[in-house]
Amino acid sequence: MKRQPLYGLMAEFHSAEELLEAAKNTYEAGYRRLDAYSPFPIEGLADTIGFSRTRLPVLVLLGGLFGCCGGFFLQWWPNVIGYPLNVGGKPYDSWPAFIPITFEMTILCASLTATFGMLALNGLPAPYHPTFNVPRFAQATKDRFFLMIMAEDPKFDPEQTRQFLAELNPREVSEVES
Amino acid sequence: MAATDPENAATLVSPGSEVLGPGHTYGSVTDKISSIVLTRGTGKKYKAGLALAIVLLLMLNYAVTVLMAVGVGIFGINVPVGWGFAITNFVWWIGIGHAGTLISAFLLLMRQKWRTSINRFAEAMTLFAVACAGAFPVLHMGRPWLAYWLFPYPDTMGVWPQFRSPLVWDVFAVSTYATVSLLFWYVGLIPDLATLRDRATKKFKQVIYGIFALGWRGSARHWKRYEMAGLLLAGLATPLVVSVHTVVSFDFTAAIIPGWHSTIFPPYFVAGAIYSGFAMVIALAVPLRKYYGLEDFLTIRHLDNMGKIMLATGLIVAYSYIMETFMAFYSGNPYDRFMIMNRMTGPYAPVYWVLIAVNLVIPQVLWISKIRRNPLWLWILSFSVQTGMWLERFIIIVTSLHRDFIPSSWGMFYPTRWDWMVFIGTIGLFFTLFYLFIRFLPMISIFEMRELVHKTAEESTH
Repeated sequence: MKRQPLYGLMAEFHSAEELLEAAKNTYEAGYRRLDAYSPFPIEGLADTIGFSRTRLPVLVLLGGLFGCCGGFFLQWWPNVIGYPLNVGGKPYDSWPAFIPITFEMTILCASLTATFGMLALNGLPAPYHPTFNVPRFAQATKDRFFLMIMAEDPKFDPEQTRQFLAELNPREVSEVES
Repeated sequence: MAATDPENAATLVSPGSEVLGPGHTYGSVTDKISSIVLTRGTGKKYKAGLALAIVLLLMLNYAVTVLMAVGVGIFGINVPVGWGFAITNFVWWIGIGHAGTLISAFLLLMRQKWRTSINRFAEAMTLFAVACAGAFPVLHMGRPWLAYWLFPYPDTMGVWPQFRSPLVWDVFAVSTYATVSLLFWYVGLIPDLATLRDRATKKFKQVIYGIFALGWRGSARHWKRYEMAGLLLAGLATPLVVSVHTVVSFDFTAAIIPGWHSTIFPPYFVAGAIYSGFAMVIALAVPLRKYYGLEDFLTIRHLDNMGKIMLATGLIVAYSYIMETFMAFYSGNPYDRFMIMNRMTGPYAPVYWVLIAVNLVIPQVLWISKIRRNPLWLWILSFSVQTGMWLERFIIIVTSLHRDFIPSSWGMFYPTRWDWMVFIGTIGLFFTLFYLFIRFLPMISIFEMRELVHKTAEESTH
């Protein structure tokens, strides 16, 4: 009975509160390589498992600044350097007229960064992930809550970790094959 | 709270609230909404509605083909009225779109729980309305196949778009709006697509939904970044939506035509956009809730709230009409005064007075709470407002252009059958897309409904 190497152990819970409690206990017990899965965002869950800050806002700020400068340059360069054209005696660098497009480009680049930055940081698209090997995991997009301790955690031990999870009073503990 | 029982017992039952019917669980909201897509199939009414929409869409295709072959001469436009139905329709459609963004973005920032069950289809409405809107300026251009000239690219002719023109600002505003609306909508769909992937029983559906779900697994880390992205997108989309209709109003205000050259236009246009947009949301929500039995999710409270927003934005529009008239006299400008008098008593006066009736007078019944809480009345009223907002744009465009400074250059605009066919055709395009949307994608955000169940239950225990 040769099995795939173990990716982790997964415990299933009935409610968001149970999962939150279990995640807290697991983190306090010294496990660090763990993840929690829920059918909707649960406030404070990510912080409980040691993920409290995301770089996304900084990236979005940079994206917005890029759009802002790029959008202005896009108009300034053709009007002042590339193809200066006297329109109604207005100055070439009539910057107030360039503000609307600069604003739109700021929003556009910031929004693209927010979307694709979120996906990239999350490692999505990820067509395959070991968690999908657990049959019950399909319920994670409906009404069940899961906590997984990964095998790569230094404290991980197939027997002890399984026992630890069982003590958290889950509905079931299953092995996640990689 | 944990159930002691088998596999799929409910783990948490919501007592309900004003925005959610009682007795719902995570499972029940998931099943209810996903079953519409996965198992319900299509009934006779659905098929008849889709068929009608497709017939109108085919009419649009025909009219556009003739337009491409013959040119804009098939429309009723000429000197002096160079902007006829096409621009009226453009402004009308883009305005309708604005309510969707406002519901999904602005109400999210305001933490309004009642947005949860309407945001998804309102965003879809936005996207399809922008698609209809975007078609018009292009079709109106005379040579639509050169539309890409509007974009700045280093071409061999060495010329650039006129960046000081509001019409070029419009290109950027509308294309940004379309892109951001699509991103916002798709990001919101990802967890629901994962739900559909996991609920689907047929291989084909599992694969298709699976591809678009991008491997979403509901990880806490992912949710954290996801919520942050949603919040940032909402914060970006809210000023965007205001800027888009402001730029649309600049198309008019930057000209010196009496009736266009006015500083009240930007706020007046934004309010009007939200007004007509909420009317469209009501026009879609009432039949959806009845046909798909969604009374628990789209409650009377939702309709009441939307009615109130319509009333409030309608009053801003009314104020603008009054102020426009007042300023025409107060300014002492004879051309402005003539423009208003011409609107009220000139050849288009009947259109103007119908506009006042359906857009200002009739919607005042929204002061009565019984009418706001009656789906049928609200539904009928929504058509009054949409007609009114369309007529408003028609009046602004046509009556301002047809009699300007010199009587020798006066003229009349009469729509041709091609004008009507393209206009009604885009309604077909809109509803075709909307029918396909409710068949293949969850029309209510499932994960946000689960969150609502959780929060409602939490609040009742505290």
